[in-house]
Amino acid sequence: MGGSKTAILEDRMGGAGRTTAPGDAILLDAVSVAFRLAGKRVFTAVERANLNVGDGEFVAIVGPTGCGKSTLLNVAAGLLQPAEGRVRIFNAPLTRLNAQAGYLFQSEALFPWKTVIENVAIGPEIAGVKPVMARENARQWLGRLGLAGFEARFPHMLSGGQRKRVALAQVLIRDPKILLMDEPFGPLDAQTRQIMGNLLLELWSADRKAVLFVTHDLEEAIALADRVVIMSAGPASRIIGNWRVPLARPRDIAEVRLLPEFLNLHREIWSVLKQEVMKGYKQADLASSMA
Amino acid sequence: MKRLPLLLTQILVAVVLIGVWHVATTVPINGVKLLPPFFFSTPLDVFNRIVKWLLEGTIWRHLAITLTESMLAFVIGSLGGVLIGFWFARQRFVAAVFDPYLKMVNALPRVVLAPIFALWLGLGIWSKVALGVTLVFFVVFFNVYQGVKEVNPTVLSNARMLGMNERQLLRHVYWPSALSWMFSSLHTSVGFAVVGAVVGEYLGSAAGLGYIIQQAEGVFDVAGVFAGMMVLAVFVVLIDLIVGAVEKRLLQWRPSPVEGQLLTKP
Repeated sequence: MGGSKTAILEDRMGGAGRTTAPGDAILLDAVSVAFRLAGKRVFTAVERANLNVGDGEFVAIVGPTGCGKSTLLNVAAGLLQPAEGRVRIFNAPLTRLNAQAGYLFQSEALFPWKTVIENVAIGPEIAGVKPVMARENARQWLGRLGLAGFEARFPHMLSGGQRKRVALAQVLIRDPKILLMDEPFGPLDAQTRQIMGNLLLELWSADRKAVLFVTHDLEEAIALADRVVIMSAGPASRIIGNWRVPLARPRDIAEVRLLPEFLNLHREIWSVLKQEVMKGYKQADLASSMA
Repeated sequence: MKRLPLLLTQILVAVVLIGVWHVATTVPINGVKLLPPFFFSTPLDVFNRIVKWLLEGTIWRHLAITLTESMLAFVIGSLGGVLIGFWFARQRFVAAVFDPYLKMVNALPRVVLAPIFALWLGLGIWSKVALGVTLVFFVVFFNVYQGVKEVNPTVLSNARMLGMNERQLLRHVYWPSALSWMFSSLHTSVGFAVVGAVVGEYLGSAAGLGYIIQQAEGVFDVAGVFAGMMVLAVFVVLIDLIVGAVEKRLLQWRPSPVEGQLLTKP
């Protein structure tokens, strides 16, 4: 236990990007992202970030608010072009939208004018699957996620947790090789988050997709992931730490939180993360005093 | 809110108003009637006039013509508004070029266009339809334009991540979003279609509700004017009820405000 407790802290900051490992689903190599603000000022959100997600690996990114976690996710999705650096998906450079990835958004992303089943069936339908078959498949996915009987509802008639499950079905029905998740359970209450977390692990263990999971909740990150990556406070945030989670699977995310391994790792990561959170607050204070 | 008490109170308001009107126009106080019937008519006269119209059957023809003009104005104006709004929202350059001209035309009081339309299109229904179209078009156009431009960016990103190409985005995201904005302005645009028709008739025509009111005014027949207004009011309320029912069906995917109210205040 002593060995697994010590973090495998790979220092990749500033160094040249590492060579591509054959098993990587996602590789971000010295990626920087900058936004042009009003006037000629440039805001650097992320600076020289190195990140890899192996095939079948579940990686969680944790960082203080506004550190650019979602920015990295959008780069991996191809929704955002990095100013510098390479993005490779299964060893091929990413030049447009990442067609291998499914993206679970933080805010509401369902089509409000489509019923639940139409929302889930849309992915296969636009890919050319016959509507009847797409519907049947969607029905099965909804059943798997405990939403049988809700097919004809519109999203606004569902609870927040149910909407997240529809969104999950919408993404998973396409069977993407990579799952990108941007604080997907953020808006949910604590109990629903745990239920959704266990549901996610259960679905993930069936075919082990590569997962990049962004959250601000360290406990959630450790409970879910194989590896936890910490980002520094923005602007120009970097990846400052990388811990392997030595917890056996299958896990129950409510129970796993009570294990000593969990608590030790949590304490260790938190000692690093806490400073960044404080810095993040100071940055925010500074920004508001300047405004 | 309970339905019956609401309806009863609404009827009570009408009864009180008509009662006040009746007393003020028929009962002399110190030998003077508060509202001279020559200028204000009386509820009974107006009622008799409406009954007479209904019995003679002349009113139906005028109603049918006003209804036809309104519907044509609504359909043509909406169609134009949706198509142009959609086109402009997708083509930034075109929108920028035409922006000042659209604002100029929209700022123009439509009444000044009525004589021109009468010259161009004659005194038949089409000059009224044209006037209605100029009103409906802008309501629908601005709504659709806004609707397409302000598609929820997360929904759009999601659609793209789900693999939609441009054509599929149009069909599954932009189009429904634009239509929902158009439907939410349905009451306004239908109302404007009726306004266009009636104003057009009033300014020059041989039939329709506006024509009836204009004719009555020409001979100082105040009862006729009021009767025409009453018929018009009932007509508009009926159309609004139909629009409300249509809207409810088309926008059933939207949370209704009543539902929200019930949840917060049981």
